[in-house]
Amino acid sequence: MLMSFETIVFYLFAALSVFAALRVITARNPVHAALFLVLAFCSMAGIWMLLEAEFLAITLVLVYVGAVMVLFLFVVMMLDISLVQLRAGFWRLVLFGAALAGLMAFEMIWVLGSSRTSTGRVAIKHAADYSNTKELGRLMYTDYVYPFEIAAVILLVAMVAAIALTFRRRKDAKSQGVPEQVAVRKADRLRLVKMPPENRARQGLDSTEEVAR
Amino acid sequence: MNFVMSDLVPVLPEIFVLAMTCVILIADLLIRQSGRLATYMLVQLTLLGCSLILVGTHENRVIYAFHNMFVDDLMSDVLKLLTCLALSMMLAYSRLYLTARGLFTGEFMVLVLFAMLGMMVMISANHFVTLYLGLELLSLSLYTLVAMQRDSATAIEAAMKYFVLGALASSLLLYGMSMLYGATGTLELGALTQAIQSGAADRNLQIFGLVFVVCGLAFKLGVVPFHMWVPDVYQGAPTAITMLIGSAPKLAAFAFVTRILVEGLQPLMPHWSAMLVILAIASIVLGNVTAIAQTNIKRMLAYSTISHMGFLLLGILSGSIEGYGASMFYAVVYALMSLGAFGMIMLLSRADGFEADTINDFKGLSRRSPWFAFIMLLLMFSMAGVPPTVGFYAKFSVFSAAVNSGHIPLVAIAVLFSLIGAFFYLRIVKLMYFDAPESHAAISIQPDTGILISFNGLAVLLLGILPGKLMAVCAVSAQQSLLLH
Repeated sequence: MLMSFETIVFYLFAALSVFAALRVITARNPVHAALFLVLAFCSMAGIWMLLEAEFLAITLVLVYVGAVMVLFLFVVMMLDISLVQLRAGFWRLVLFGAALAGLMAFEMIWVLGSSRTSTGRVAIKHAADYSNTKELGRLMYTDYVYPFEIAAVILLVAMVAAIALTFRRRKDAKSQGVPEQVAVRKADRLRLVKMPPENRARQGLDSTEEVAR
Repeated sequence: MNFVMSDLVPVLPEIFVLAMTCVILIADLLIRQSGRLATYMLVQLTLLGCSLILVGTHENRVIYAFHNMFVDDLMSDVLKLLTCLALSMMLAYSRLYLTARGLFTGEFMVLVLFAMLGMMVMISANHFVTLYLGLELLSLSLYTLVAMQRDSATAIEAAMKYFVLGALASSLLLYGMSMLYGATGTLELGALTQAIQSGAADRNLQIFGLVFVVCGLAFKLGVVPFHMWVPDVYQGAPTAITMLIGSAPKLAAFAFVTRILVEGLQPLMPHWSAMLVILAIASIVLGNVTAIAQTNIKRMLAYSTISHMGFLLLGILSGSIEGYGASMFYAVVYALMSLGAFGMIMLLSRADGFEADTINDFKGLSRRSPWFAFIMLLLMFSMAGVPPTVGFYAKFSVFSAAVNSGHIPLVAIAVLFSLIGAFFYLRIVKLMYFDAPESHAAISIQPDTGILISFNGLAVLLLGILPGKLMAVCAVSAQQSLLLH
């Protein structure tokens, strides 16, 4: 049996993502688990690339790997996670977890095996110059421009909301008043005091120390 | 590709509001002002300008824009105008109240304008994507507004509950929409109706999606059994924000529900009508009975809202143009009464932080201020549905629509429980007129809010005597917008 190059690549990425996903839940070190999740994302991005969904693949790597996972790693490294505590309830929950996993596996077999899902239709192959990103962009900025703009407004609201809810001007905060600093005059800061000269050496020394302090 | 300039004319009000909101966001930082008066005036000017544009660009036909994502018809224009009016009144009522509590900030007004933009998008959406995005824009602004009073534990608790349950409701709604998309292959409301009518789509999958959509809508409307957030949010939020949540968004919610159920899912009417019957009955029964036990007036008004939303559903579930018109009338009337009632609570609250939010604070109001006691009497009579106030006419029209479509037992229960509900509205009247006041502190009322609340109370009476004009507008808009397919 001869496999095409595409099929070989698919099985490679599929095996890699299954392996990485397994390691996410079996790795003892949470940092390793997070890094395996990154690997799982990257191999899934490869599979999407095979499906001609380049834009989704790139976004997955950029957004999930580049932003979300980095943030996640930060949190994992910052928090002091006790592994013993994490594993404490394992045997108590294993039955429940297994039942849930079995249910999900059953559902997936049911859905994927149903006659409705497999219609026998084969995806259309696009020409070599077809760009998924360009097509998405064209739709986004023509047919869907109105919802696209509203989504942008929602992001603006999120920004305003985050600042309004977290920004607190503390009453005891110390800050530099630049205009006041610039406007200051010599008379405000410096006071010239007329003093009679001191003769006694010993006391003179004391007073210099006083000034230095 | 097919983007045309004429698309921009129908959305001019939205564009204007968005542009002005951004201007105000920046201007608020730069203008030196006392009490945010300049920002406040700018916001009021924006609302006025938006109303003028709405009137100016109105055409007596249905216009679709942006690939049928947006619809501009009589119903959308009327509801948007009333939203502008309601928000303008809300800001006028709450200016001094919020200033005294340090909440009258630029962000507050900007978020109110964003909420208004969300409502406008919801009101004239013709596509599941725009409907959902409008709803999220409104909800996100409201969550933030509820949480603005960061020092108050109850406000934070209310905001958390509102946010978590709101997110749950949104996800239910989205799940239902995705099911309908799977069944019919379209997200546009008109095409959805045609796809369902053609009979080619899977009927079971449609009903499955419909159940989730109705649950999501019920959450957002706050009807039983999805009402748990309403009392906590109404009580916990600062009164001005409660007033905002209780007034204009109900207009948008009416448009939202009718656009989805009537414009999009009209062929499934027998199914959603049966679901709405259960929601309406449960809301009317639970809302009216539980309100009796409340001593906090904001919480009492929250349960009253739940029952009013039940009455509003009576018109929609009757499935006739008469019923939709009656429901729209009910939403408008409810917003007006709600503005007045919460306005009165803010009027009696004082600058030193005293909140007039228990029903005992209304004791002996007639001796302290006979005129405002009379206005409150009108508002309470209207909420209870006592003639000749407009609340009576609103209830009467939804009842008559429901009777005409054969829901006689349902209306009998609704009438019975609205009689039971009259008890707690009339208890406020009794406290105001027949009990001795608990405090003799003078009521300090600014002339602008005093005039506004008098106007508000008298409007309830005048519309009750002459409801014909408003009712005709509602009937015509329902006719034009909802009987297309």
